[in-house]
Amino acid sequence: MEDPLYKELILFHWKNPQNYGKLKNPDKVSFARNLACGDEIKMEVKIKTKKIKEIKFSGKGCIISQASASLLTEYLKGKDISEVKKIDKDFVLKLLGIQLGPTRLKCALLALEAIRRLILTKNGVS
Amino acid sequence: MLNPRKIKKDFPIFKYQPDLVYLDSAATSLKPKVVLEKIEEYYQRYCANVFRGIYKISERATEEYEKTRDKVANFIGARETKEIIFTRNTTESINLLAYTLGQKVISKGDEILVSIMEHHSNFVPWQQLAKNKGVQFKILDIDEEGKLKIWELKNLISKRTKILALTFVSNVLGTINPIKKIIKMAKELNPKLITIVDAAQAVGHFPINVQDLGCDFLVFSSHKILGPTGVGVLWGKREILENLPPFNFGGEMVEKVTIKKTIFKELPHRFEAGTPNVADVIGFQAALDYLSKIGFKEIKEHDNNLTSFGLQLLKEKFQNKIKVLGPENPKDKIGIISFNLLKAHPHDVSQILDRDQICIRAGHHCALPLHQRLKLTASCRASFYIYNQREDIEKLVLGLEKIVKFLKI
Repeated sequence: MEDPLYKELILFHWKNPQNYGKLKNPDKVSFARNLACGDEIKMEVKIKTKKIKEIKFSGKGCIISQASASLLTEYLKGKDISEVKKIDKDFVLKLLGIQLGPTRLKCALLALEAIRRLILTKNGVS
Repeated sequence: MLNPRKIKKDFPIFKYQPDLVYLDSAATSLKPKVVLEKIEEYYQRYCANVFRGIYKISERATEEYEKTRDKVANFIGARETKEIIFTRNTTESINLLAYTLGQKVISKGDEILVSIMEHHSNFVPWQQLAKNKGVQFKILDIDEEGKLKIWELKNLISKRTKILALTFVSNVLGTINPIKKIIKMAKELNPKLITIVDAAQAVGHFPINVQDLGCDFLVFSSHKILGPTGVGVLWGKREILENLPPFNFGGEMVEKVTIKKTIFKELPHRFEAGTPNVADVIGFQAALDYLSKIGFKEIKEHDNNLTSFGLQLLKEKFQNKIKVLGPENPKDKIGIISFNLLKAHPHDVSQILDRDQICIRAGHHCALPLHQRLKLTASCRASFYIYNQREDIEKLVLGLEKIVKFLKI
């Protein structure tokens, strides 16, 4: 029986994080951290004609935070930057395919926080 | 020898959760039935406020409340019962001291010294006091094993050092600090120094005698030694306590109130404003009685057995796949083992262990400065107490082995 949280999809994205790495000349860079547990994510993006041409993440953290970053960046690659506004907590959980309590929810939403900072703020955040 | 199987029968939670592998007593201890019954008895049979009524049930409530104070005084070797003050928890006790000593004793240019292994409750109040009063906030470092660098005291303590606040036992490393020795050294360097000992983790694991330790203040919580939550203890030497201003103002701590002024009560009531946590202070009594029945010789032996077993088994089964924090010699610590399974984040470890009803803690354990010092962001922590058996540790190890296999790390 599959673990309710650590499903195959999640474990795959943790072991094989999609879009992991750095961009040569990113247009914007942002960070998100959960100091309580040490999860940290750095997001980098290249934007062309209001589309997310390239997006990469780096950093370290728990399985949920890393899988979430991998799945989210996969979803957003090539999409219009207006798509970012549409993503909320429920979307992330649907993407991950799991239910989460309040503590682990922070882990799942860390990548979204970084992406929001990246796209929705003027300069990203250092 | 202590029999944990027999002891478990005294703890109702195991009836409701027979498969519970509780390894988080450093966060809070489980409660024996006698404590719950004592609390219920108060509410059912003599539920009244303390100190106020002249009627029988109020007198009984007051008697029982003060009886706990007596027992606590005995428990830690205080000279006088009036030196025991009840608060909400260890954190509040320390804040009381920071607030009152801050008013009375601290002025600009002074120094406060704590250690890098302190829990936030014995770190932040002093840091903030130092910040607000323009005082130097100094830190005593640890060595590679997680023991305090005691030899550095002579460089850190000066005539301007007013407060030294130290934990007796680290809630992360399990290290037992040589408090008696440290206080002696500190007082030789500065006889006017006020020493405060955070005994929250120490108090249920070995006997404490404040006369022997030589400290000026000692704090701890009831809920870590089988008592209910909501009860903290502050012990202080009468001569110092008597001269401190009150912390909270209101009823019960006043002798006389007029429009123009108020005269405060003597110790201990001066520091206990308002209706106290009557039921739980009374319940705490039963916890102390229960512990006395078992005896500290048995408790220490049991603690040591489990700690040795745990350290040895983890090393044997995981070798370099695991990093265990703190002293290697079980004699240097109490039953707290913090560790990191390399390549597995503590959150994930504790989440997966939960599938097998194994309760450990994951995170920074309210000791961020310590984790920063160890270059870690988080760790796993397993802690033992009188109801834990060797099987609990074996189950933990099995659970960790499962994780290694499942995550392929």
